[in-house]
Amino acid sequence: MSKTDELDADAIRELLRTEGDGIKENTRHFNEERYERIEEVGSETHERYRSEARQVKEDAIERLPELVERTTAAVEDNGGTVYVADDAADARRYVRDVVDEDDAESVVKSKSMTTEEIELNEALDASGVDVWETDLGEFVVQIAEEGPSHIVGPSLHRTREDVTELFEREFDTDERLDTAEKLTAFARDYLGERIEDADVGITGANFVLADSGSIALVTNEGNARKCASVPDTHVAVAGLEKIIPSVGDLHPFAELISRAATGQHIPQYLSILTPPVDTPTVDFDAPDEAGFGGSDADREFHLVLVDNGRREMRDDDDLRETLYCIRCGACANSCANFQSVGGHAFGGETYTGGIATGWEAGVEGLDTAEEFNDLCTGCSRCVNACPVKIDIPWINTVVRDRINRGKDPGFEDLLVDGLVPDEETAGTPLRKRFFGNFETAAKLGSATAPLSNAVASAGPVRAAMESLLGIDARRDLPSFERTTLRDWASDREAAVTDPRRRVALYPDVYTNHVQTSRGKAAVRVLEALGCEVVVPDVGGSGRAPLSQGMIDTAERKAEAVGETLGDYVDRGYDVVVVEPSDLAMFDREYERLVDEDVHRTLSDNSFELFEYVYGLLENGADESVLTAGDGDGVAYHSHCQQRTLGLEPYTEAVLDRLGYDVLTSDVECCGMAGSFGYKTEFYELSMDVGETLADQFADAADERTVVASGTSCLEQLDSLLAPAPRHPIELVDPGA
Amino acid sequence: MSSVAEFQQSLSRSDTESTVTTPEEFASTLADVVDRPAVGAALPFDAVDLDDAPVTLNPTPTQLREAKTGVTAARLGVASLGTVAIQSRAAGDELVSLHPETHVVVVRERDLRPDLEAAFDWLDDRFDDGERSFVLATGASATGDMGALVEGVHGPEDVHVLVLADDE
Repeated sequence: MSKTDELDADAIRELLRTEGDGIKENTRHFNEERYERIEEVGSETHERYRSEARQVKEDAIERLPELVERTTAAVEDNGGTVYVADDAADARRYVRDVVDEDDAESVVKSKSMTTEEIELNEALDASGVDVWETDLGEFVVQIAEEGPSHIVGPSLHRTREDVTELFEREFDTDERLDTAEKLTAFARDYLGERIEDADVGITGANFVLADSGSIALVTNEGNARKCASVPDTHVAVAGLEKIIPSVGDLHPFAELISRAATGQHIPQYLSILTPPVDTPTVDFDAPDEAGFGGSDADREFHLVLVDNGRREMRDDDDLRETLYCIRCGACANSCANFQSVGGHAFGGETYTGGIATGWEAGVEGLDTAEEFNDLCTGCSRCVNACPVKIDIPWINTVVRDRINRGKDPGFEDLLVDGLVPDEETAGTPLRKRFFGNFETAAKLGSATAPLSNAVASAGPVRAAMESLLGIDARRDLPSFERTTLRDWASDREAAVTDPRRRVALYPDVYTNHVQTSRGKAAVRVLEALGCEVVVPDVGGSGRAPLSQGMIDTAERKAEAVGETLGDYVDRGYDVVVVEPSDLAMFDREYERLVDEDVHRTLSDNSFELFEYVYGLLENGADESVLTAGDGDGVAYHSHCQQRTLGLEPYTEAVLDRLGYDVLTSDVECCGMAGSFGYKTEFYELSMDVGETLADQFADAADERTVVASGTSCLEQLDSLLAPAPRHPIELVDPGA
Repeated sequence: MSSVAEFQQSLSRSDTESTVTTPEEFASTLADVVDRPAVGAALPFDAVDLDDAPVTLNPTPTQLREAKTGVTAARLGVASLGTVAIQSRAAGDELVSLHPETHVVVVRERDLRPDLEAAFDWLDDRFDDGERSFVLATGASATGDMGALVEGVHGPEDVHVLVLADDE
């Protein structure tokens, strides 16, 4: 595909300028529609289908060799042919042979990412066959000679005006094609003639049904129906992972796929075909013969099942989940970075969006995945969007870890080995190790504050940080507090006798060293509500190294945190967490990093701060001790990972109960995402994403106090909107 | 709500016209909604047929290309979605339902199912019987690829569903 070269600041800036508008409008539209349709069907029902679909896929991939055999037997029994292609070249060769044997001069295709993957069009072109993409989006990118920018909407990055210019130039039309209707009518007529003339129709298959040898095709335009019914030879190309056992297993996917993809309850056309079908072929060379031209040609059907790395992915415990993907694009639509920059940045040779990392690592290799993998910030908004519950952020993390390990050790590593006490193999880039070990910098920063802050902010130091570490000089750096939250808390007298609950307040690195005021407010609020509060001596959760793909280091940190906090839980303490990204670690990622029982203990006994306050109030704690709102306006941005965990409403509920008038943002992510927004090449993208949040709050910010739950979100809002926005706990703090 | 009423409501949500008719009135109802020239695929029903209807069965390619309306049966209707199941038959249902601008589709009241889950139960039974190729069609063909939603791309621009009421 026509990927923009290296992903650097210039390339991103150019894409933001040229493709950003089209991508933003279209992906956000799909994303909103998805939320609306799911709400209509009900989240419980939707979750039931997700679980069913996940189960079908897990089972099918587990039994794949057997299902391939069953598919082959069934298709052959129906009179078709199955070819299992080992790799892209093998698949191309087979399809070319079919086309040659048919003496075919032209081929019409319906949309198929798998044929993009194996670069089929180029191969057919090279052997002198005319190939026409009949999906209008694919037709546009075919004419423009560029790669798809989105799994579902290949030309999503192009506005109507773009396409008008392209078509009028390429086809030299007499009439203006200056509306969507005229463009569509032109493409329909043009492609209609190609379909009538075509000797072979090539489709993909969204699903393959092993028991009956059927394929299922999901389309809105009707082009796949024509490609599969007009020519007498039909070739369907599908990845091996598309096989499910039987038609009954298709039901949850029929419910989910369009809701997830475009926010439709069902596609316009869900074709479930068991070729060769009984539909007569149409012989447009005999235009006046009754019976559709009276052709007595037998229908021919070939199913090409493509391996191309999939069987290896199946054996790979971390990449296997990728094979459950049904290519709906919901991960892309729900991704704040993707919404800004699209698949020409956030994508590889074929696939785009969050799940592309798994696909490209599996079918192309780590080099291709590396080109865009850093665009996943781990915000986790795709986790609930995925209709088959693939842990897409984890796949991105694992691939990042593998990329790190593949690097040659260099000079930089020798230089910093002593300063970055991690578990990483030599080779992990210096910058990743700096951000991954931020805890060490923070300890040093607090110990030497305010000197450390003054030095770090000095011009020459910022210049060095930018050139050596790629930390953008346009970003403010965190300012370390000399007195950490832990120091402050350990000097306090026990304030509560006969406590209602005992709380271990988790001092995440930021709350402990930088934003200590929100930690102090949390302590005072919890004490006012009758809790004993301790701030344990415990290190970072591992979030920072994990987000850099440093899994071993994250694991070591997780084990230490699990041990310390586990002791507190055993002694009857509840763990309360201020920073949502750390709570998400305990709840989600620790499942993969620590022993099962340690994960369960932490997950069951850890609470987001406002979730916990809400629980205390619901159980009789006296809310009048907290600072009430008296109708004061608040503009609240909840953290992305907090929303994924479903914990956004507690802050709203508590503030509402205390008399605040709360306006909540509905953007997927603030764009800062930990270290992401600090990185030079991503600074402008990060700001572009943040603009959406800023726009939502722009009018409100004059009259409302801006609050946010996450550290990164606060930094982003500080840059974009109001100086020094606060954590909502500081609003209700009785000691403020 | 009866399943017919729900079906009609779902159809109107997907911008699809519908008319309830009876076997007795079918011929005249059909003549009213068919824009000529029209092609058709013989209906697999006992109570009604297209023998005297203003449609050409087994058309030539030119007739298929120039027809304004295509008339076919649907073997199933899904009340909650307004979806119909077009079977791939030798009579050419797939072609007739797809090529003309308007698709007139005849579905029997008794063939309505409440939702997609019930439709898949029905499909499961059909598959057991050896009937294994259907298109579940909902509304007109559509695309957003040209910058705005446009109906009538490679498939019909308008769909009109005739619901054949069951005998009392």
